Formats: sequence, structure tokens, C-alpha cells
Amino acid sequence: MQDYFYRLVDFVIERLSAEEIVLCNFFAEDSDFVRFNRSAIRQAGTVAQRSLDIKLIVGQRQAGGDITLCGDFSVDRERAATLVDRLRAQLPYLPEDPHLLYASEVESSEHLGENRLPEERGAIVEAILQAGRGRDLVGMYAAGGIHAGFANSFGQRNWFSTYTYNVDWSFYLSGDKAVKAAYAGFVWNPKEFQYKVDKAVQQLESLSFPAKTISPGQYRVYLAPAAVCEVIELLNWGGFGLKEQRTKQTPLIKMIEEGVRLHPGITLLENTRDGVAPNFQEDGFRKPDQVRLIENGTLGDCLVSPRSAKEYGVPTNGSSGWEALESVEMVSGELTQDAPLERLDTGVYINNLWYLNYSDREACRMTGMTRFATFWVENGEIQAPLNVMRFDESVYRILGTGVIGITAEREFMLDPNTYHARSTGSSRLPGILVEDFTFTL
Amino acid sequence: MDKRHSQIAQRFQRVMPKVDFCSLRMVHERSESLSVRQNILQPVSNGDDIGAMVTVVDSGGLGYAGSSDVTEAGLRRAFEQASDWARRSATCSVTDFSHIAFDHPRGEYETPVTTAWNTLPLQDKIGLLQTESARLKTDERIVDWEADVWYAECDTLFITNGGGRAHQRLCYTVPMLSVTANAGTETQTRTFGGRGYCRQGGLEVLDQTGFREAAPQLSAEALQLLSAPDCPHGVMDVLLAADQMMLQIHESIGHPLELDRILGDERNYAGTSFVTPEMFGSYQYGSALLNITFDPTRPEQFASYQFDDEGHRAHKEYLIRHGLLLRGLGGVTSQARSGLPGVANSRSTTWNRPPIDRMANLNLEPGQSDFDAMVAAIERGVYMRTNCSWSIDDSRNKFQFGCEWGRLIENGKLTTVVKKPNYRGISATFWRNLKMVGNMDSFEVLGTPFCGKGEPNQIVRVGHAAPACVFTDVEVFGGV
Repeated sequence: MQDYFYRLVDFVIERLSAEEIVLCNFFAEDSDFVRFNRSAIRQAGTVAQRSLDIKLIVGQRQAGGDITLCGDFSVDRERAATLVDRLRAQLPYLPEDPHLLYASEVESSEHLGENRLPEERGAIVEAILQAGRGRDLVGMYAAGGIHAGFANSFGQRNWFSTYTYNVDWSFYLSGDKAVKAAYAGFVWNPKEFQYKVDKAVQQLESLSFPAKTISPGQYRVYLAPAAVCEVIELLNWGGFGLKEQRTKQTPLIKMIEEGVRLHPGITLLENTRDGVAPNFQEDGFRKPDQVRLIENGTLGDCLVSPRSAKEYGVPTNGSSGWEALESVEMVSGELTQDAPLERLDTGVYINNLWYLNYSDREACRMTGMTRFATFWVENGEIQAPLNVMRFDESVYRILGTGVIGITAEREFMLDPNTYHARSTGSSRLPGILVEDFTFTL
Repeated sequence: MDKRHSQIAQRFQRVMPKVDFCSLRMVHERSESLSVRQNILQPVSNGDDIGAMVTVVDSGGLGYAGSSDVTEAGLRRAFEQASDWARRSATCSVTDFSHIAFDHPRGEYETPVTTAWNTLPLQDKIGLLQTESARLKTDERIVDWEADVWYAECDTLFITNGGGRAHQRLCYTVPMLSVTANAGTETQTRTFGGRGYCRQGGLEVLDQTGFREAAPQLSAEALQLLSAPDCPHGVMDVLLAADQMMLQIHESIGHPLELDRILGDERNYAGTSFVTPEMFGSYQYGSALLNITFDPTRPEQFASYQFDDEGHRAHKEYLIRHGLLLRGLGGVTSQARSGLPGVANSRSTTWNRPPIDRMANLNLEPGQSDFDAMVAAIERGVYMRTNCSWSIDDSRNKFQFGCEWGRLIENGKLTTVVKKPNYRGISATFWRNLKMVGNMDSFEVLGTPFCGKGEPNQIVRVGHAAPACVFTDVEVFGGV
């Protein structure tokens, strides 16, 4: 596939005139998807997709497009040529772009992931069905290869390939009472999967107690890593990009304009080095190993795409055009593994949050729901599952003045998102204890 | 039809396996995206995406394979994969798929277009956007502004081993304006319906939706909001404009009525529903003023079509009539699994995802009240426009919404503009507090290009047409 991409790029480059520059981005995926409900298969299938994105540049003018590839060179070559001709015809009618910036220094790279997925796909599906026997299992298994490439007419070549699996599922007890679990990685280990299953089943037993409803008000809560992930994902909507900061639309505007700080234990980074995403972006820039976004509670660097760099006169740090996190990491705290329940004492243990959105963006206030295994805790012991509650709370409390502890242990989570294609995003996050967290409904 | 489409149909005939049922759904979408931000043209984007999904039902199992390789060899490989999945799942599926009556449709449908996209040269389209962009920047406090339009033309060809052949060509135009004003830490944004003015059609959509007239008012309102007081807190009436009704309908009627959700398919991701099968035919979902239709027949609405993505012919149906819940949003598979009536709404984002139960056009039928009468009927309340925040629990009950712009209603009159108007409630009771439904004067045809659901995840385009409506006893609040 890598050779195919480069061959196609060479074909495109051969047809360029002296003044033309191209940037090419390739994407491919071959994935199995098996969806489960009530411990049976709901839908099972395979998706194979390949696409090529071409940006044609002459001077300060650019036009871009993307095409699907079928894998037959004679067909794909013609499609690519047709696209280039279309872009060529558009360019004279486009004004110069003062914010055009692309990599012209060659920085090639190659990451060849090894395919260690089982050849026989049925074994994993059977293991999941087996885990669901006698229970109500809902979820999805996704697995396969993901490939991405960049090439330009300066000779730069970047390639990334990885082979991963991701089982994202819930065990349902009754009604909305369920435990969510995930097992993802590069090498399937039946014992590790069984460990995850057993751990989820243990939590399921706690859900069997009569459920409790609490009144709206302020409570001490423990946010498990998956719940913290939901908070960070919403912050990722415009929170860490230069463009959003400069146009005053970042939800973290008070950190910029008023110097508001988060808890000193909060250090957040975009850690491409330790993530599973490509280390290059669509204009040919390499991503740095890390970008330190929040340092001991203080706002640090932000994600700067090439376009923003040109617009605001600062260097790019290889962010994609979205200026969004892909490999997020929060540094550890000091709470030991058993401490969260003990330090929680009396309050709410939240494994997962759901459907977060801003209720007051300028105040960085979020609303959302508890979901899956959420428990009422007294004197450090789980008493009852909690009926779903809506919260409405400021990030300046959730990650700021309300923080009473951060766990030392962190969870590494591969993003199960499959919109358009399987994600190569990841997060490595601790759990956080928060005082006076506001539930409203 | 495009020569490539005919070739794919011919290849299907040569490679289709001998199974109980099989189909091929080709999707070919061409698109163009133009955006002017702060009066500077952003990179122009052209798309040409073609692929096919094949589905096999055999011995009770169902399998699918989506592929961008639509050569004969590619389609043969796809059918082998789909057949393999059908065999593997035959003894462990949620249902016996051989009992489902999949259609073999025949027909053609095309979006009626008055002014085709390519009748206006590229430079004139850019000029139009540059004009609207310039009209948004009216003050130094406006720190970001944008005018854009996205156009797509999508051919789908659905063919079956029983002689079915349905071709549809749908044309979409999505205009958008956005203007952001700032003073210190106060930032306010106004948009053109939150990208809600998405429709089927060509350039005439720009005129139908008032795209060329909207900029001055949006800018003025963004600036107005900078110095506006926060929306007050309290329990009061709300008058929701059509571009907020859109999300209210979407989240607390549309999603709860999806039959696959009621069957439990979405419980690991998008959630379940407070609606249970027993409720159909007997549950009072809302007040007697509530009439909700699944309507694929409005030609200009975003999700109109003649056949769904499993080839079933779509008809207009009432889901809720005079407040009574009648029917769910479920295609032929969910209807068979549940034994409940549904509609032809089995849809997918494109060729790379299998169809599942999705909203299409879900509308609140207009009532009798004119806008002034609705305002006059409110002693204390807030008029809210344009959704900017949405959140709901996994059973589709406890919701919270925020809007871009609000205005107090006091003793039957519109008074002070307020910022950050939010409200929260519970679906099961909220719709029973529907007190007044606007007439055609406030009725607008809106939608959204981004409804997410499913595992694997997928986004579909949906339409929501509604008038303004009044709800009583709603918990309203503002900023911090």
C-alpha cells in the first residue's frame, strides 16, 4: 500500500508544470466490525476504504480535493489526473491566500506497525460471545489495519501504519444499570480480556442493589479516568487551538484574559511520542514529541496549525488544521490505587460521564450526565447504584478549586471512535476527586 | 446515469452470489466547499467519493462489506467477505434475517433543482461569499466572522438479486454565516440557524433561506448580546423559535422513537429510550397540540428521499397525533424484530457503513397560533432562538439546551434581550406542557448535517421543520 501511494504520487508529480507544487495525503483502512446486542451478533461486516487528498499550489494560490481510490492503478491514476486538472482550472479564479503555509524542508519518516492481529477472526468473536453467555452484552469489536501517508513535490515522504483491535462493550443488568468496559491494543491476549470481563462482572454485582436517587445539590465525587476523558474531550472543542484563543472563542478565555489557574496538580500535554497517532500532519510538518498545554495549572502552549501560524505570525508546532488533541496525557497525582474510595468517604463514584456540552462557554461551565456504573458511597464503601443525574459545573472547579486528589495510577485508553474511519486517538489519564460538584437534575 | 454507475450494476450481475438475498448499494458523492473567513478565501475543497456496500442474507445470517474498490474483482471480494460474515453469524444473530422481507424496489428519484450549482461560475460564488463576509464585520468588537456554502450531489444506486433497481440523485446546499463579538472575557456568537438552513436544492436555497439578507441582523445581535444581561433563573414559559425547536424535536422525540434503540442496539453508545414497546398506541407523549410526522415528501427538506438505504419506499406517516404515540422510527429489520409499525428509515452515512434506524425528516406540524398571539399569551417567559448547546441522558429523558439569543417576555410583550438563555427538563413531561403551536407564519424548514449514532459510528443528514412553540413551567437559567 505504501508503494502504491508513492507510485501514484510520482505519477501526479510527473505531470506538474515547473511552477506547481503538490501536497498529497493518503488514507486507508481495512477493518472488521462486529456489533453485538443481547450477547448475539447484530451486524457483522468489513470495510475497506482508500482515499487520496491532493492540494495543488501555484505561488500563493491553492485548491484541494479528495478522491476515493479503488486499488487499480489505471483507474486511480485517471481519477488523480482528473482531480489535478480540475484544481488547475480553478486556481486562476482564486485570490492569493495570505495564510498559506506548507513544509518545504524535507522531513521524511516511516512507522511500520507490525500486524499481530489473529489471522482467524472468528476466535475473537467467539471469545466475546462466550463472555456474553448468560449475560446481556452490548457493544462492538473493531479490528484491522490503518494506514496514512504524506508526500509532496519536494521529495518528502511520510508513512504510518498500525494494526489494532478495540472491543468496547457494556454488560447490562436491567433498565439503564450497566457496566462499561473496553479492551484494546495490538496483540490479543485471552487472559487479559478475561481479566477485563471479570472486573466488569464484579462491578455488575454492585449494580444489583436497589438504586438510589439523590437530590440536586453539591457532592463530593470521584471521576474515574474514563469520566475525566469526557471532560477533556469537551475541552478539546476549541480549548487548545491558537485560532480559538486569538478569536476569543476558547472556553479557557479566563485563563488568558484574567490569569485564572487550574489546580497545581493538573499538567496536560499533547503527547504524540507516546500515543498511537501519526507524527506528521497534512501540510507536511512533523509533530513535536510533546506540546505542554497546561503546566501545573497554568495555561501553557497551544496547538498551532500552519494556517494559524501564518495568520498570527508565530511558528507552527505541526498541529492539524483542526487544532485538536489526538494523544492527550495528564500527569499522575499522588492518590494510591485504593485511596479514591477511602478519600471519597461519602459521595458519588462516577465511572463514566455522557453527552457533555457547554452551558456557559465563557465561564467554561459544562453540563452532562452520569452514565453506566455510578455509585453512591458512604464511609468509603459502595452502598447503591445511583440513578442518572445531570451535572452543571465549571472546569475551573472540576480541574481547579474543587480538586482534592489525583490518582497516581493512570489508564491508557485507545479511542473507540469510528466516525468516517477508526480513530488513532488515545488518552492517558488519572482519576480525580472533586469537592462540591454540582448536580442539577 | 454516469457510465461508472452502469458498469457497477453490470458487475453486480456477474459477481452476485447464490444466496437467499443480496444487494449492492453504490454511493457516489461529488461535493464542493467554499468558505470566506475574515474576508479571506479559505482553501477550496472538492470531493469525489465513490464506493459500494454489499449485503448478504444467507441461512438466517446477515453480513456486509463496504469497499472503495468497485472493480469487478473488488466487488467479488466484498461479496465473499459479506457471505462469510453471514455464515458466521447465522446461528448467533439477534434475529433470523431470512424471515425479513427485503424489497426489490424499482424507481427513480431526483431532487427538484431550480438553479443548478454549476450555473454560477466559481469566481461569482466566491464573490457572493466575500460580499456577505464583508457585511458581517460591522464593528471593531467583531473578532471573527465567516460566510460559507457547501454543495453536494449524491447518486445512490440500489440493486438486488431479485431484480430491484432504485436510483436516486439528491442535491444538497448548506449555507452558513457566523459572527463572533468580544469584549474582555465576554464573547458572543450569532449564526445563521446554527447551520440549520441546510436543504435539498441548488443555488435557489440561498434565496429561499434569506442567506443574502441575514448578515446585518446577525452582526447587530452579536454586538447586542455583549452588553445584554444574563437570562434570569426561574420556572417560566418559553417561546422557542424554529431553530431551537429543531434540536428539541431531534433529541427528545426523534432519538427516543428509534426502534433499534428501543430494542437495545445502541445501549453501549448512543443509549436507549424511555419509550417501551407497550407505549405505542396508548402513551400520551405530549399535549393534544403535538403532531409529529416522518415526512420524506417535502422536496426541499434535507432528508427527503423516495427509497431508504434498504430499498424500501418511503411514505409520510404520523408518529404522534394529537399527542398520542402511534409509530416508531424503525425500518424493515426493526419492524420485524419488534413487531411494531415503523417507517422506511433504514439509512447510512454513505457506502462505508451499514444502514440502521435513523431519523430522516421529522417535523412538528403547524398549528393555529400566530407569533404575536403566542407572545401576548405569556406573562413571564423567554423567547429563545438558535440552538448552541445540547445535552440529554442516555434514555433520552433529562435534557438541557442552550441558545444563542434570548428576549424576555413580560406581561405579553417582548422586552429585554438576554444572553446565555438555557433551559432544562424531562422529555416525558415537557411535551405535555406544549401550550401553543405556531402557524405557517413561523414555520421553517430546517435540519442538520450532523446526527451521530451507531457502532461503527456514522453521521447522517436530517431535516426538522417546525413552527415556533410555547411551553409552560420550564426551568430556565442563564450564565454564571
